[in-house]
Amino acid sequence: MDLNTRIKIGGLDLKNPVMTASGTFGYGPEFEDFIDINRLGGIVVKGTTLHHREGNAYPRMAETPSGMLNAVGLQNKGVDVFCKDIYPSIKHYDTNILVNVSGSTVEEYIETAARINELDHIPGIELNISCPNVKEGGMAFGTSCPSAVAVTHAVREVYKKTMVVKLSPNVTNIAEIAKAVQDVGADGVSLINTLLGIAVDAETRKPLLSTITGGLSGPAVKPVALRMVWQVSKAVNIPIIGMGGIMNATDAIEFMLAGASAIQVGTANFIDPTVSMKIVDGIEDYMRRHGVTDVNDLIGAMIED
Amino acid sequence: MNTDKKRAEDLTVVENRKINKDYYVLKLASKTDLPKIKAGQFVELLVEDTRNAFLRRPISIYDVQPECNSFELLIQIVGEGTQLMSQLQTGDTINTMYPLGNGFQTETKSKNILLVGGGVGLAPLLYLAKKLNDKGIRPKILLGGRAENNIIEIDNFEKYGDIFISTEDGSLGEKGFVTQHSVMNESIDKIYTCGPDPMMRAVGDIAFSKNIDCEVSLENMMACGIGACLCCVTDTKEGHKCVCTDGPVFNTNELKWNIA
Ligand SMILES: Cc1cc2nc3c(=O)[nH]c(=O)nc-3n(C[C@H](O)[C@H](O)[C@H](O)COP(=O)(O)OP(=O)(O)OC[C@H]3O[C@@H](n4cnc5c(N)ncnc54)[C@H](O)[C@@H]3O)c2cc1C
Ligand SMILES: Cc1cc2nc3c(=O)[nH]c(=O)nc-3n(C[C@H](O)[C@H](O)[C@H](O)COP(=O)(O)O)c2cc1C
Ligand code: FES
Repeated sequence: MDLNTRIKIGGLDLKNPVMTASGTFGYGPEFEDFIDINRLGGIVVKGTTLHHREGNAYPRMAETPSGMLNAVGLQNKGVDVFCKDIYPSIKHYDTNILVNVSGSTVEEYIETAARINELDHIPGIELNISCPNVKEGGMAFGTSCPSAVAVTHAVREVYKKTMVVKLSPNVTNIAEIAKAVQDVGADGVSLINTLLGIAVDAETRKPLLSTITGGLSGPAVKPVALRMVWQVSKAVNIPIIGMGGIMNATDAIEFMLAGASAIQVGTANFIDPTVSMKIVDGIEDYMRRHGVTDVNDLIGAMIED
Repeated sequence: MNTDKKRAEDLTVVENRKINKDYYVLKLASKTDLPKIKAGQFVELLVEDTRNAFLRRPISIYDVQPECNSFELLIQIVGEGTQLMSQLQTGDTINTMYPLGNGFQTETKSKNILLVGGGVGLAPLLYLAKKLNDKGIRPKILLGGRAENNIIEIDNFEKYGDIFISTEDGSLGEKGFVTQHSVMNESIDKIYTCGPDPMMRAVGDIAFSKNIDCEVSLENMMACGIGACLCCVTDTKEGHKCVCTDGPVFNTNELKWNIA
Protein backbone atom coordinates (compact mmCIF):
# COMPACT_ATOMS: atom_id res chain seq x y z
CA MET A 1 0.00 0.00 0.00
CA ASP A 2 1.40 3.37 -1.04
CA LEU A 3 1.10 5.81 1.84
CA ASN A 4 1.20 9.58 1.76
CA THR A 5 2.36 10.92 5.10
CA ARG A 6 3.20 14.46 3.95
CA ILE A 7 1.44 17.37 5.60
CA LYS A 8 1.43 21.08 4.82
CA ILE A 9 1.41 23.80 7.46
CA GLY A 10 1.48 27.20 5.78
CA GLY A 11 4.66 27.12 3.69
CA LEU A 12 6.05 24.11 5.54
CA ASP A 13 6.15 20.77 3.82
CA LEU A 14 6.49 18.07 6.49
CA LYS A 15 7.48 14.54 5.45
CA ASN A 16 5.24 13.28 8.23
CA PRO A 17 3.12 14.89 10.98
CA VAL A 18 5.63 14.19 13.77
CA MET A 19 7.55 17.10 15.27
CA THR A 20 9.37 17.52 18.57
CA ALA A 21 8.19 20.14 21.07
CA SER A 22 10.14 23.19 22.16
CA GLY A 23 12.13 22.84 25.36
CA THR A 24 12.06 19.05 25.30
CA PHE A 25 14.44 18.33 22.44
CA GLY A 26 17.26 20.82 22.96
CA TYR A 27 18.43 21.86 19.50
CA GLY A 28 18.55 18.34 18.05
CA PRO A 29 22.18 17.23 18.59
CA GLU A 30 21.25 16.01 22.09
CA PHE A 31 19.26 13.22 20.40
CA GLU A 32 21.63 12.35 17.55
CA ASP A 33 23.02 9.28 19.33
CA PHE A 34 19.51 7.86 19.63
CA ILE A 35 17.58 8.70 16.46
CA ASP A 36 17.85 9.85 12.85
CA ILE A 37 16.60 13.43 13.14
CA ASN A 38 16.07 13.60 9.38
CA ARG A 39 13.15 11.19 9.70
CA LEU A 40 11.13 13.75 11.66
CA GLY A 41 8.55 16.04 10.11
CA GLY A 42 10.11 18.88 12.06
CA ILE A 43 11.79 20.01 15.24
CA VAL A 44 11.05 23.07 17.33
CA VAL A 45 14.13 24.29 19.17
CA LYS A 46 14.26 25.73 22.68
CA GLY A 47 12.46 29.03 23.41
CA THR A 48 14.70 31.81 22.13
CA THR A 49 14.72 35.41 23.32
CA LEU A 50 16.51 38.56 22.21
CA HIS A 51 18.89 38.51 25.15
CA HIS A 52 20.60 35.75 27.06
CA ARG A 53 18.45 34.40 29.92
CA GLU A 54 19.67 32.37 32.89
CA GLY A 55 16.21 31.01 33.63
CA ASN A 56 14.81 30.35 37.09
CA ALA A 57 16.68 29.05 40.12
CA TYR A 58 16.97 25.33 40.85
CA PRO A 59 14.78 23.36 41.64
CA ARG A 60 12.94 23.83 38.36
CA MET A 61 11.33 20.42 37.97
CA ALA A 62 8.99 18.29 40.01
CA GLU A 63 7.67 14.89 39.06
CA THR A 64 3.91 14.45 39.43
CA PRO A 65 1.65 11.45 38.75
CA SER A 66 1.92 10.71 35.00
CA GLY A 67 3.57 14.03 34.38
CA MET A 68 5.94 16.72 35.50
CA LEU A 69 6.02 20.38 36.38
CA ASN A 70 8.79 22.54 34.98
CA ALA A 71 9.81 26.09 35.69
CA VAL A 72 12.89 26.37 33.49
CA GLY A 73 11.98 29.95 32.59
CA LEU A 74 13.30 30.15 29.02
CA GLN A 75 16.98 29.68 29.78
CA ASN A 76 18.75 30.35 26.48
CA LYS A 77 21.80 32.14 25.18
CA GLY A 78 19.88 34.71 23.15
CA VAL A 79 19.10 34.95 19.44
CA ASP A 80 22.53 36.17 18.36
CA VAL A 81 24.32 33.19 19.88
CA PHE A 82 21.67 30.98 18.28
CA CYS A 83 22.34 32.49 14.83
CA LYS A 84 26.12 32.48 15.16
CA ASP A 85 26.91 29.28 17.07
CA ILE A 86 23.95 26.93 17.12
CA TYR A 87 22.32 27.41 13.72
CA PRO A 88 25.46 26.48 11.72
CA SER A 89 25.65 23.14 13.51
CA ILE A 90 22.02 22.14 12.85
CA LYS A 91 21.15 23.77 9.53
CA HIS A 92 22.12 20.62 7.60
CA TYR A 93 19.24 18.63 9.12
CA ASP A 94 16.90 17.45 6.39
CA THR A 95 13.81 18.39 8.38
CA ASN A 96 11.88 21.55 9.18
CA ILE A 97 13.62 23.45 11.97
CA LEU A 98 11.34 25.93 13.72
CA VAL A 99 12.58 28.43 16.27
CA ASN A 100 10.33 29.01 19.27
CA VAL A 101 10.40 32.79 19.72
CA SER A 102 9.64 34.44 23.03
CA GLY A 103 10.03 37.84 24.66
CA SER A 104 9.08 40.17 27.50
CA THR A 105 7.93 42.97 25.22
CA VAL A 106 6.45 43.17 21.73
CA GLU A 107 9.67 44.86 20.57
CA GLU A 108 11.72 41.89 21.75
CA TYR A 109 9.51 39.48 19.81
CA ILE A 110 9.83 41.63 16.70
CA GLU A 111 13.60 41.94 16.93
CA THR A 112 14.11 38.23 17.59
CA ALA A 113 11.78 37.18 14.75
CA ALA A 114 13.46 39.61 12.36
CA ARG A 115 16.85 38.02 13.02
CA ILE A 116 15.48 34.50 12.57
CA ASN A 117 13.91 35.65 9.29
CA GLU A 118 17.44 36.00 7.88
CA LEU A 119 18.31 32.31 8.38
CA ASP A 120 17.89 30.38 5.11
CA HIS A 121 17.40 26.97 6.68
CA ILE A 122 14.79 28.02 9.21
CA PRO A 123 11.47 27.85 7.34
CA GLY A 124 9.30 28.98 10.23
CA ILE A 125 8.87 30.19 13.77
CA GLU A 126 6.61 29.16 16.58
CA LEU A 127 5.56 32.31 18.38
CA ASN A 128 5.51 31.44 22.07
CA ILE A 129 2.87 33.61 23.73
CA SER A 130 2.23 30.96 26.33
CA CYS A 131 5.29 30.36 28.54
CA PRO A 132 3.96 30.22 32.12
CA ASN A 133 7.41 30.40 33.71
CA VAL A 134 8.57 33.97 33.14
CA LYS A 135 7.63 37.02 35.16
CA GLU A 136 7.14 39.37 32.24
CA GLY A 137 5.71 38.65 28.82
CA GLY A 138 5.38 35.00 27.87
CA MET A 139 1.98 33.74 28.88
CA ALA A 140 0.75 37.25 29.63
CA PHE A 141 0.55 37.78 25.86
CA GLY A 142 -1.36 34.60 25.24
CA THR A 143 -4.09 34.93 27.82
CA SER A 144 -6.01 37.85 26.37
CA CYS A 145 -7.21 38.45 22.83
CA PRO A 146 -5.95 42.04 22.49
CA SER A 147 -2.38 41.24 23.58
CA ALA A 148 -2.27 38.01 21.54
CA VAL A 149 -3.39 39.99 18.52
CA ALA A 150 -0.92 42.79 19.18
CA VAL A 151 2.14 40.57 19.29
CA THR A 152 1.04 38.30 16.43
CA HIS A 153 0.22 41.25 14.21
CA ALA A 154 3.50 43.01 14.99
CA VAL A 155 5.63 39.95 14.30
CA ARG A 156 3.70 39.22 11.09
CA GLU A 157 4.91 42.57 9.74
CA VAL A 158 8.57 41.54 9.99
CA TYR A 159 8.46 37.78 9.68
CA LYS A 160 7.88 36.59 6.13
CA LYS A 161 7.99 32.80 6.41
CA THR A 162 5.64 30.40 8.18
CA MET A 163 4.47 31.65 11.55
CA VAL A 164 2.74 29.29 13.95
CA VAL A 165 1.38 30.78 17.18
CA LYS A 166 1.67 28.62 20.29
CA LEU A 167 -1.36 28.97 22.52
CA SER A 168 -1.74 28.82 26.27
CA PRO A 169 -4.26 26.44 27.85
CA ASN A 170 -4.48 28.75 30.88
CA VAL A 171 -7.45 30.64 29.43
CA THR A 172 -11.20 30.42 29.57
CA ASN A 173 -11.77 30.34 25.82
CA ILE A 174 -8.85 29.09 23.75
CA ALA A 175 -10.88 28.99 20.52
CA GLU A 176 -11.43 32.73 20.72
CA ILE A 177 -7.70 33.41 20.94
CA ALA A 178 -6.97 30.98 18.11
CA LYS A 179 -9.48 32.75 15.90
CA ALA A 180 -8.04 36.15 16.83
CA VAL A 181 -4.46 35.22 15.86
CA GLN A 182 -5.70 33.60 12.65
CA ASP A 183 -7.34 36.88 11.72
CA VAL A 184 -4.05 38.78 12.02
CA GLY A 185 -2.03 36.41 9.89
CA ALA A 186 -0.98 33.30 11.83
CA ASP A 187 -0.31 30.44 9.39
CA GLY A 188 -1.13 27.88 12.04
CA VAL A 189 -1.59 27.43 15.76
CA SER A 190 0.11 24.96 18.09
CA LEU A 191 -1.34 23.84 21.38
CA ILE A 192 -1.12 23.26 24.20
CA ASN A 193 1.71 24.79 26.16
CA THR A 194 1.94 23.65 29.78
CA LEU A 195 -0.86 24.01 32.33
CA LEU A 196 -0.06 26.11 35.37
CA GLY A 197 0.33 23.97 38.49
CA ILE A 198 1.92 23.58 41.91
CA ALA A 199 3.54 20.70 43.81
CA VAL A 200 3.98 20.75 47.59
CA ASP A 201 5.96 18.48 49.91
CA ALA A 202 3.63 17.67 52.80
CA GLU A 203 6.52 16.64 55.09
CA THR A 204 8.57 19.82 54.72
CA ARG A 205 5.54 22.00 53.89
CA LYS A 206 7.59 23.56 51.11
CA PRO A 207 6.79 23.96 47.43
CA LEU A 208 8.91 21.73 45.19
CA LEU A 209 9.74 24.48 42.68
CA SER A 210 11.79 27.60 43.39
CA THR A 211 9.10 29.60 41.60
CA ILE A 212 6.24 27.82 43.43
CA THR A 213 4.22 27.56 40.20
CA GLY A 214 5.30 25.67 37.12
CA GLY A 215 3.96 24.17 33.91
CA LEU A 216 2.40 20.70 33.86
CA SER A 217 3.11 18.39 30.93
CA GLY A 218 2.94 14.69 30.14
CA PRO A 219 0.05 12.19 29.93
CA ALA A 220 -1.69 13.92 32.86
CA VAL A 221 -2.68 16.79 30.52
CA LYS A 222 -3.71 14.78 27.45
CA PRO A 223 -7.50 14.86 27.81
CA VAL A 224 -7.41 18.63 28.34
CA ALA A 225 -5.13 19.09 25.34
CA LEU A 226 -7.33 16.93 23.11
CA ARG A 227 -10.40 18.88 24.11
CA MET A 228 -8.70 22.17 23.28
CA VAL A 229 -7.47 20.93 19.89
CA TRP A 230 -11.00 19.83 19.10
CA GLN A 231 -12.50 23.18 20.17
CA VAL A 232 -9.93 25.17 18.21
CA SER A 233 -10.47 23.02 15.11
CA LYS A 234 -14.12 24.10 15.12
CA ALA A 235 -13.12 27.76 15.27
CA VAL A 236 -10.29 28.17 12.75
CA ASN A 237 -9.40 27.05 9.24
CA ILE A 238 -5.62 27.25 9.57
CA PRO A 239 -3.73 24.04 10.46
CA ILE A 240 -3.36 23.01 14.09
CA ILE A 241 -0.31 21.36 15.60
CA GLY A 242 -1.50 19.36 18.59
CA MET A 243 0.46 18.35 21.66
CA GLY A 244 0.14 17.57 25.34
CA GLY A 245 0.95 14.15 26.75
CA ILE A 246 1.57 12.31 23.50
CA MET A 247 3.48 9.14 24.44
CA ASN A 248 2.89 6.89 21.43
CA ALA A 249 1.40 6.66 17.94
CA THR A 250 -2.11 6.02 19.22
CA ASP A 251 -2.03 9.28 21.17
CA ALA A 252 -0.77 11.05 18.04
CA ILE A 253 -3.62 9.62 15.94
CA GLU A 254 -6.13 10.76 18.56
CA PHE A 255 -4.89 14.35 18.23
CA MET A 256 -5.22 14.17 14.45
CA LEU A 257 -8.74 12.78 14.71
CA ALA A 258 -9.60 15.66 17.04
CA GLY A 259 -8.46 18.11 14.38
CA ALA A 260 -4.66 18.42 14.41
CA SER A 261 -2.74 18.41 11.12
CA ALA A 262 0.52 17.59 12.86
CA ILE A 263 1.62 16.76 16.37
CA GLN A 264 4.53 17.50 18.67
CA VAL A 265 6.16 15.10 21.09
CA GLY A 266 7.41 16.74 24.28
CA THR A 267 7.87 15.15 27.68
CA ALA A 268 7.81 11.66 26.11
CA ASN A 269 11.29 12.37 24.71
CA PHE A 270 12.59 12.23 28.29
CA ILE A 271 11.05 8.84 28.97
CA ASP A 272 12.20 7.33 25.68
CA PRO A 273 14.60 9.31 23.50
CA THR A 274 13.62 7.14 20.52
CA VAL A 275 9.86 7.63 20.95
CA SER A 276 9.51 10.05 18.02
CA MET A 277 10.74 7.38 15.59
CA LYS A 278 8.29 4.86 17.06
CA ILE A 279 5.49 7.39 16.50
CA VAL A 280 6.53 7.97 12.86
CA ASP A 281 6.45 4.21 12.26
CA GLY A 282 3.31 3.69 14.33
CA ILE A 283 1.30 6.22 12.33
CA GLU A 284 2.17 4.30 9.14
CA ASP A 285 1.15 1.03 10.78
CA TYR A 286 -2.17 2.56 11.80
CA MET A 287 -2.76 3.82 8.26
CA ARG A 288 -2.11 0.35 6.83
CA ARG A 289 -4.32 -1.28 9.42
CA HIS A 290 -7.17 1.13 8.69
CA GLY A 291 -6.66 1.31 4.92
CA VAL A 292 -5.93 5.04 5.08
CA THR A 293 -3.62 5.98 2.19
CA ASP A 294 -3.34 9.70 2.89
CA VAL A 295 -2.57 10.91 6.38
CA ASN A 296 -4.48 14.10 5.63
CA ASP A 297 -7.64 11.99 5.71
CA LEU A 298 -7.17 11.53 9.46
CA ILE A 299 -7.34 15.24 10.27
CA GLY A 300 -10.57 15.94 12.14
CA ALA A 301 -11.88 12.48 11.24
CA MET A 302 -13.31 11.76 14.67
CA ILE A 303 -16.84 10.42 14.15
CA GLU A 304 -19.31 12.70 15.88
CA ASP A 305 -22.94 11.77 15.37
CA MET B 1 28.40 0.76 15.69
CA ASN B 2 30.28 3.71 17.16
CA THR B 3 30.86 2.30 20.61
CA ASP B 4 31.20 5.66 22.32
CA LYS B 5 27.64 6.71 21.55
CA LYS B 6 25.00 6.97 24.24
CA ARG B 7 22.41 4.24 24.08
CA ALA B 8 18.86 3.51 25.19
CA GLU B 9 18.88 -0.24 25.44
CA ASP B 10 17.03 -3.10 27.14
CA LEU B 11 19.67 -4.55 29.45
CA THR B 12 19.35 -7.93 31.14
CA VAL B 13 19.53 -8.24 34.90
CA VAL B 14 22.22 -10.85 35.57
CA GLU B 15 22.23 -10.40 39.33
CA ASN B 16 20.29 -8.51 41.98
CA ARG B 17 22.36 -8.72 45.15
CA LYS B 18 20.70 -7.61 48.36
CA ILE B 19 23.12 -5.89 50.76
CA ASN B 20 20.64 -5.20 53.56
CA LYS B 21 17.03 -4.06 53.68
CA ASP B 22 17.91 -0.63 52.25
CA TYR B 23 20.59 -1.32 49.65
CA TYR B 24 21.05 -3.62 46.65
CA VAL B 25 23.40 -4.03 43.72
CA LEU B 26 21.95 -4.55 40.25
CA LYS B 27 24.20 -6.09 37.65
CA LEU B 28 23.07 -5.37 34.10
CA ALA B 29 24.42 -6.85 30.89
CA SER B 30 24.27 -5.86 27.25
CA LYS B 31 24.25 -8.30 24.34
CA THR B 32 26.92 -6.22 22.62
CA ASP B 33 30.24 -4.69 23.64
CA LEU B 34 29.85 -1.85 26.11
CA PRO B 35 30.70 1.68 25.11
CA LYS B 36 33.66 3.23 26.93
CA ILE B 37 32.55 4.06 30.48
CA LYS B 38 34.30 6.62 32.68
CA ALA B 39 34.29 6.62 36.46
CA GLY B 40 31.56 8.99 37.66
CA GLN B 41 29.24 8.49 34.70
CA PHE B 42 25.64 7.45 35.32
CA VAL B 43 22.66 5.73 33.75
CA GLU B 44 18.95 6.61 33.52
CA LEU B 45 16.68 3.64 34.30
CA LEU B 46 13.10 3.31 33.12
CA VAL B 47 10.81 1.98 35.83
CA GLU B 48 7.77 0.48 34.16
CA ASP B 49 4.19 0.00 35.33
CA THR B 50 4.02 2.91 37.75
CA ARG B 51 2.39 6.29 37.59
CA ASN B 52 4.55 7.77 40.31
CA ALA B 53 8.02 6.96 39.00
CA PHE B 54 7.12 8.55 35.67
CA LEU B 55 10.57 9.89 34.77
CA ARG B 56 13.69 7.76 34.51
CA ARG B 57 15.83 7.29 37.63
CA PRO B 58 19.46 8.51 37.47
CA ILE B 59 21.92 6.09 39.13
CA SER B 60 25.73 6.19 39.17
CA ILE B 61 27.78 3.40 37.66
CA TYR B 62 29.29 1.48 40.57
CA ASP B 63 31.53 -0.98 38.79
CA VAL B 64 32.14 -2.22 35.25
CA GLN B 65 33.01 -5.70 33.94
CA PRO B 66 33.91 -4.97 30.30
CA GLU B 67 34.80 -8.64 29.68
CA CYS B 68 31.18 -9.64 30.48
CA ASN B 69 29.59 -6.55 28.85
CA SER B 70 28.11 -5.78 32.24
CA PHE B 71 28.13 -3.10 34.89
CA GLU B 72 26.80 -2.73 38.41
CA LEU B 73 24.64 -0.15 40.15
CA LEU B 74 24.49 0.34 43.91
CA ILE B 75 21.02 1.52 44.85
CA GLN B 76 19.39 2.70 48.07
CA ILE B 77 15.64 2.26 48.43
CA VAL B 78 14.18 5.73 49.07
CA GLY B 79 10.87 5.72 47.19
CA GLU B 80 8.68 3.91 44.70
CA GLY B 81 11.15 3.79 41.81
CA THR B 82 14.06 2.37 43.77
CA GLN B 83 11.65 0.02 45.58
CA LEU B 84 10.20 -1.40 42.34
CA MET B 85 13.66 -1.87 40.85
CA SER B 86 14.75 -3.79 43.96
CA GLN B 87 12.27 -6.50 42.91
CA LEU B 88 13.93 -7.12 39.54
CA GLN B 89 14.89 -10.77 39.03
CA THR B 90 17.72 -12.37 37.10
CA GLY B 91 16.64 -12.54 33.46
CA ASP B 92 14.37 -9.48 33.63
CA THR B 93 15.18 -6.56 31.37
CA ILE B 94 15.27 -2.86 32.14
CA ASN B 95 15.53 -0.05 29.60
CA THR B 96 18.68 1.91 30.35
CA MET B 97 20.15 5.08 28.87
CA TYR B 98 23.93 5.08 29.27
CA PRO B 99 26.65 6.15 29.66
CA LEU B 100 25.66 9.69 30.66
CA GLY B 101 27.55 12.64 32.11
CA ASN B 102 31.19 13.67 32.14
CA GLY B 103 32.78 11.54 34.87
CA PHE B 104 35.69 12.27 37.21
CA GLN B 105 38.93 13.73 35.93
CA THR B 106 41.39 10.91 36.54
CA GLU B 107 44.36 12.51 34.80
CA THR B 108 45.96 13.83 37.96
CA LYS B 109 49.48 14.46 39.21
CA SER B 110 48.25 14.10 42.76
CA LYS B 111 49.45 11.09 44.72
CA ASN B 112 47.75 11.61 48.09
CA ILE B 113 44.15 11.20 47.11
CA LEU B 114 41.14 11.04 49.41
CA LEU B 115 37.73 9.77 48.31
CA VAL B 116 34.82 10.79 50.54
CA GLY B 117 31.50 8.98 50.17
CA GLY B 118 28.42 9.86 52.20
CA GLY B 119 25.71 7.19 52.35
CA VAL B 120 24.89 5.81 48.91
CA GLY B 121 27.11 8.57 47.49
CA LEU B 122 29.93 6.10 47.71
CA ALA B 123 28.56 4.41 44.56
CA PRO B 124 30.61 6.24 41.90
CA LEU B 125 33.77 6.06 44.02
CA LEU B 126 34.46 2.33 43.61
CA TYR B 127 35.11 2.46 39.88
CA LEU B 128 37.06 5.68 40.44
CA ALA B 129 39.29 3.91 43.00
CA LYS B 130 39.87 1.10 40.48
CA LYS B 131 40.86 3.58 37.78
CA LEU B 132 43.26 5.29 40.20
CA ASN B 133 44.77 1.88 41.04
CA ASP B 134 45.39 1.39 37.31
CA LYS B 135 47.53 4.52 37.48
CA GLY B 136 49.44 3.16 40.46
CA ILE B 137 47.60 5.25 43.05
CA ARG B 138 46.02 3.66 46.11
CA PRO B 139 43.64 6.28 47.52
CA LYS B 140 42.42 6.77 51.04
CA ILE B 141 38.67 6.13 51.17
CA LEU B 142 36.50 7.72 53.85
CA LEU B 143 33.01 6.28 54.13
CA GLY B 144 30.49 8.21 56.20
CA GLY B 145 26.91 7.58 57.20
CA ARG B 146 24.33 8.05 59.89
CA ALA B 147 24.90 4.65 61.48
CA GLU B 148 26.61 1.30 61.00
CA ASN B 149 23.96 -0.03 58.60
CA ASN B 150 24.65 2.88 56.20
CA ILE B 151 28.29 1.83 55.89
CA ILE B 152 28.23 -0.80 53.19
CA GLU B 153 30.49 -2.66 50.79
CA ILE B 154 33.64 -2.21 52.89
CA ASP B 155 35.07 -5.50 51.60
CA ASN B 156 34.80 -4.27 48.05
CA PHE B 157 36.38 -0.88 48.69
CA GLU B 158 39.21 -2.39 50.77
CA LYS B 159 40.65 -3.97 47.64
CA TYR B 160 41.36 -0.58 46.10
CA GLY B 161 42.18 1.76 48.99
CA ASP B 162 42.77 2.31 52.70
CA ILE B 163 39.44 2.53 54.48
CA PHE B 164 38.40 5.11 57.08
CA ILE B 165 34.93 5.20 58.58
CA SER B 166 32.79 7.75 60.39
CA THR B 167 29.23 7.46 61.64
CA GLU B 168 27.13 10.20 63.16
CA ASP B 169 26.08 7.98 66.07
CA GLY B 170 29.51 6.44 66.55
CA SER B 171 28.25 2.89 65.93
CA LEU B 172 31.16 2.26 63.55
CA GLY B 173 34.49 4.06 63.09
CA GLU B 174 34.98 7.59 64.40
CA LYS B 175 31.92 9.39 65.73
CA GLY B 176 30.80 12.52 63.87
CA PHE B 177 30.58 13.91 60.35
CA VAL B 178 33.07 12.95 57.65
CA THR B 179 34.58 16.43 57.88
CA GLN B 180 35.49 15.78 61.54
CA HIS B 181 37.36 12.56 60.77
CA SER B 182 41.07 12.54 61.65
CA VAL B 183 42.05 11.46 58.11
CA MET B 184 41.13 14.98 57.02
CA ASN B 185 44.29 16.17 58.82
CA GLU B 186 46.63 13.95 56.88
CA SER B 187 48.54 15.26 53.90
CA ILE B 188 46.12 15.19 50.97
CA ASP B 189 46.41 16.91 47.61
CA LYS B 190 43.17 15.88 45.91
CA ILE B 191 39.66 15.04 47.10
CA TYR B 192 36.85 13.38 45.17
CA THR B 193 33.47 13.31 46.89
CA CYS B 194 29.86 12.26 46.44
CA GLY B 195 27.06 12.28 48.97
CA PRO B 196 24.32 14.50 50.38
CA ASP B 197 24.59 18.13 49.30
CA PRO B 198 25.42 19.58 52.77
CA MET B 199 28.18 17.01 53.20
CA MET B 200 29.74 17.84 49.84
CA ARG B 201 29.60 21.54 50.61
CA ALA B 202 31.33 20.96 53.95
CA VAL B 203 34.01 18.85 52.27
CA GLY B 204 34.34 21.57 49.63
CA ASP B 205 34.86 24.16 52.36
CA ILE B 206 37.69 22.17 53.93
CA ALA B 207 39.32 21.58 50.55
CA PHE B 208 39.10 25.29 49.79
CA SER B 209 40.56 26.34 53.15
CA LYS B 210 43.48 23.93 52.72
CA ASN B 211 43.91 24.71 49.04
CA ILE B 212 43.18 21.11 47.99
CA ASP B 213 41.81 20.42 44.51
CA CYS B 214 38.29 18.97 44.91
CA GLU B 215 35.81 17.27 42.57
CA VAL B 216 32.19 16.74 43.61
CA SER B 217 29.51 14.61 41.97
CA LEU B 218 26.15 16.38 42.20
CA GLU B 219 22.77 14.65 42.35
CA ASN B 220 20.30 17.23 41.05
CA MET B 221 16.80 16.22 40.03
CA MET B 222 16.77 15.25 36.37
CA ALA B 223 14.17 14.81 33.66
CA CYS B 224 16.01 13.95 30.44
CA GLY B 225 19.60 13.16 31.46
CA ILE B 226 20.99 14.35 28.12
CA GLY B 227 21.02 18.15 28.24
CA ALA B 228 17.70 18.69 26.49
CA CYS B 229 15.34 19.99 29.21
CA LEU B 230 17.57 22.28 31.32
CA CYS B 231 15.85 21.10 34.52
CA CYS B 232 18.95 19.87 36.36
CA VAL B 233 21.07 23.02 36.42
CA THR B 234 23.53 24.11 39.06
CA ASP B 235 24.82 27.63 39.47
CA THR B 236 28.42 27.96 38.30
CA LYS B 237 30.76 30.89 37.82
CA GLU B 238 29.78 30.76 34.13
CA GLY B 239 26.05 30.69 34.87
CA HIS B 240 23.63 27.76 34.95
CA LYS B 241 25.12 24.50 33.72
CA CYS B 242 23.43 21.12 33.29
CA VAL B 243 24.43 18.57 35.90
CA CYS B 244 23.54 15.78 33.46
CA THR B 245 25.94 16.81 30.69
CA ASP B 246 28.42 19.36 32.08
CA GLY B 247 28.43 17.24 35.29
CA PRO B 248 27.53 15.36 37.37
CA VAL B 249 31.16 15.93 38.36
CA PHE B 250 32.32 19.52 38.88
CA ASN B 251 35.54 20.89 40.26
CA THR B 252 34.49 23.00 43.26
CA ASN B 253 36.36 25.97 41.78
CA GLU B 254 33.76 26.05 38.97
CA LEU B 255 30.83 26.24 41.38
CA LYS B 256 29.31 29.22 43.10
CA TRP B 257 29.31 27.54 46.46
CA ASN B 258 29.83 30.10 49.17
CA ILE B 259 33.17 28.77 50.11
CA ALA B 260 35.00 30.76 52.78
C1 LIG C 1 23.66 11.72 38.75
C2 LIG C 1 22.93 10.98 39.85
C3 LIG C 1 23.46 9.80 40.34
C4 LIG C 1 22.79 9.09 41.35
N1 LIG C 1 23.34 7.93 41.77
C5 LIG C 1 22.70 7.16 42.67
C6 LIG C 1 23.22 5.89 43.06
O1 LIG C 1 24.28 5.45 42.58
N2 LIG C 1 22.52 5.16 43.95
C7 LIG C 1 21.33 5.61 44.48
O2 LIG C 1 20.73 4.89 45.28
N3 LIG C 1 20.83 6.82 44.15
C8 LIG C 1 21.48 7.61 43.25
N4 LIG C 1 20.93 8.84 42.88
C9 LIG C 1 19.67 9.28 43.49
C10 LIG C 1 18.51 8.56 42.84
O3 LIG C 1 18.36 9.00 41.52
C11 LIG C 1 17.20 8.82 43.60
O4 LIG C 1 17.32 8.31 44.90
C12 LIG C 1 16.02 8.14 42.92
O5 LIG C 1 15.74 8.79 41.71
C13 LIG C 1 14.80 8.15 43.80
O6 LIG C 1 13.72 7.54 43.11
P1 LIG C 1 12.47 6.90 43.88
O7 LIG C 1 11.37 6.73 42.92
O8 LIG C 1 12.90 5.68 44.63
O9 LIG C 1 12.18 7.97 44.98
P2 LIG C 1 11.16 9.21 44.90
O10 LIG C 1 9.89 8.77 45.51
O11 LIG C 1 11.17 9.84 43.58
O12 LIG C 1 11.91 10.17 45.88
C14 LIG C 1 12.24 9.78 47.20
C15 LIG C 1 13.24 10.75 47.74
O13 LIG C 1 14.40 10.76 46.89
C16 LIG C 1 14.69 12.07 46.46
N5 LIG C 1 15.09 12.06 45.07
C17 LIG C 1 14.29 11.79 44.01
N6 LIG C 1 14.95 11.92 42.88
C18 LIG C 1 16.20 12.29 43.21
C19 LIG C 1 17.35 12.61 42.48
N7 LIG C 1 17.36 12.62 41.15
N8 LIG C 1 18.45 12.94 43.15
C20 LIG C 1 18.47 12.97 44.50
N9 LIG C 1 17.41 12.69 45.23
C21 LIG C 1 16.29 12.36 44.61
C22 LIG C 1 13.43 12.87 46.61
O14 LIG C 1 13.72 14.22 46.92
C23 LIG C 1 12.71 12.20 47.74
O15 LIG C 1 13.01 12.78 48.97
C24 LIG C 1 21.58 9.58 41.88
C25 LIG C 1 21.05 10.78 41.39
C26 LIG C 1 21.69 11.47 40.40
C27 LIG C 1 21.12 12.73 39.87
C1 LIG D 1 11.14 21.07 30.42
C2 LIG D 1 10.21 21.74 29.45
C3 LIG D 1 10.58 22.92 28.81
C4 LIG D 1 9.72 23.55 27.92
N1 LIG D 1 10.13 24.69 27.28
C5 LIG D 1 9.31 25.29 26.37
C6 LIG D 1 9.73 26.43 25.63
O1 LIG D 1 10.86 26.91 25.76
N2 LIG D 1 8.84 27.01 24.76
C7 LIG D 1 7.58 26.49 24.57
O2 LIG D 1 6.83 27.03 23.77
N3 LIG D 1 7.19 25.38 25.23
C8 LIG D 1 8.01 24.78 26.12
N4 LIG D 1 7.57 23.66 26.79
C9 LIG D 1 6.22 23.12 26.53
C10 LIG D 1 6.25 21.98 25.51
O3 LIG D 1 6.77 22.40 24.28
C11 LIG D 1 4.84 21.40 25.33
O4 LIG D 1 3.97 22.43 24.89
C12 LIG D 1 4.25 20.82 26.60
O5 LIG D 1 5.26 20.17 27.35
C13 LIG D 1 3.09 19.84 26.37
O6 LIG D 1 3.49 18.71 25.64
P1 LIG D 1 3.97 17.32 26.31
O7 LIG D 1 2.94 16.93 27.32
O8 LIG D 1 4.11 16.36 25.18
O9 LIG D 1 5.29 17.61 26.96
C14 LIG D 1 8.44 23.00 27.68
C15 LIG D 1 8.07 21.81 28.31
C16 LIG D 1 8.93 21.17 29.19
C17 LIG D 1 8.49 19.90 29.84
S1 FES E 1 18.15 16.49 33.04
FE1 FES E 1 17.48 17.46 31.24
S2 FES E 1 19.08 18.88 30.94
FE2 FES E 1 19.82 17.71 32.59
